[in-house]
Amino acid sequence: MNNTYDNEMKIEFLSKSNNEAFARISVAAFIAQLDPTLEEIADIKTAVSEAVTNSIIHGYEEKTGIVKLNCKITKDEVFIEVSDSGKGIENVEIAKQPLFTTKANLERSGMGFTIMESFMDDVQVESVLGIGTKVTMKKKIKNNSQEEEKIAITTRREA
Amino acid sequence: MESFFQKEDKQLVFKINEDIDEYCAQKIRRRLDNEIERYMPKEIIFDFSNVSFMDSAGIGLLIGRYKFARMLGGNVKVSNINTSIRKIFEMSGILRIIPETKEEYKNKKEVQYE
Ligand SMILES: Nc1ncnc2c1ncn2[C@@H]1O[C@H](COP(=O)(O)OP(=O)(O)O)[C@@H](O)[C@H]1O
Ligand SMILES: [Mg+2]
Repeated sequence: MNNTYDNEMKIEFLSKSNNEAFARISVAAFIAQLDPTLEEIADIKTAVSEAVTNSIIHGYEEKTGIVKLNCKITKDEVFIEVSDSGKGIENVEIAKQPLFTTKANLERSGMGFTIMESFMDDVQVESVLGIGTKVTMKKKIKNNSQEEEKIAITTRREA
Repeated sequence: MESFFQKEDKQLVFKINEDIDEYCAQKIRRRLDNEIERYMPKEIIFDFSNVSFMDSAGIGLLIGRYKFARMLGGNVKVSNINTSIRKIFEMSGILRIIPETKEEYKNKKEVQYE
């Protein structure tokens, strides 16, 4: 694991679903320094929203608890960790299957982990029943200025 | 959220003006169902022109309304979805049952605002 991060932030908030927007917007604001594309920002916001929502509605259910969000960046990578001290997941492999949900009664679609996995480069889930769940995600940022440089180089070559 | 109903075509339009996440879904679900029950529309259109963000809660919300509308004999469509929301729609396969409509829904002047 790379320990030399360029920047890091941590926030903790109560497990209320009106904090979902706060969480994803905070991460989007923090990673702006990497100059990500709009698509990268949208992907990361969605993945954060999925992980945070899971902690709130599955981890803590009706109870109030604390959701922890940790975000670290290097020059071109974003690392996000979302954790709760909620009820935990019995079988992570099954939980990750598309359409699997234990809360169909709440109209959950079971697509949360599928979205996290397809929008991020890597997703790890650690969970212990009765102790809690930690989701760690990683995404490489091909930032805009690098793209612009590439375009500048190719156009120079062509000229 | 705004909604308008076009009597002639029995078309009910829901225009959502916020991010669609679990918080939003919990808030508007009941109201959507109340209006569907009240107007018994033949067609329901979710207009996404003012929605910049949606996560998987939106899929659950739409499938739930789809099931309810079908039970009452109506169809559901979506319009004006942005690129990042389209990605979620495509990944979930939801467009197979809730297709995208490009046609402008009826002239809003004839429409009765709620
Ligand atoms: N933080 C968590 N704590 C406890 N259970 C969780 C957590 N995150 C996910 N789960 C379990 O994994 C299942 C699948 O999650 P997900 O793919 O996000 O679908 P959904 O949230 O729509 O149910 C959930 O239904 C729940 O049983
Ligand atoms: Mg989920």
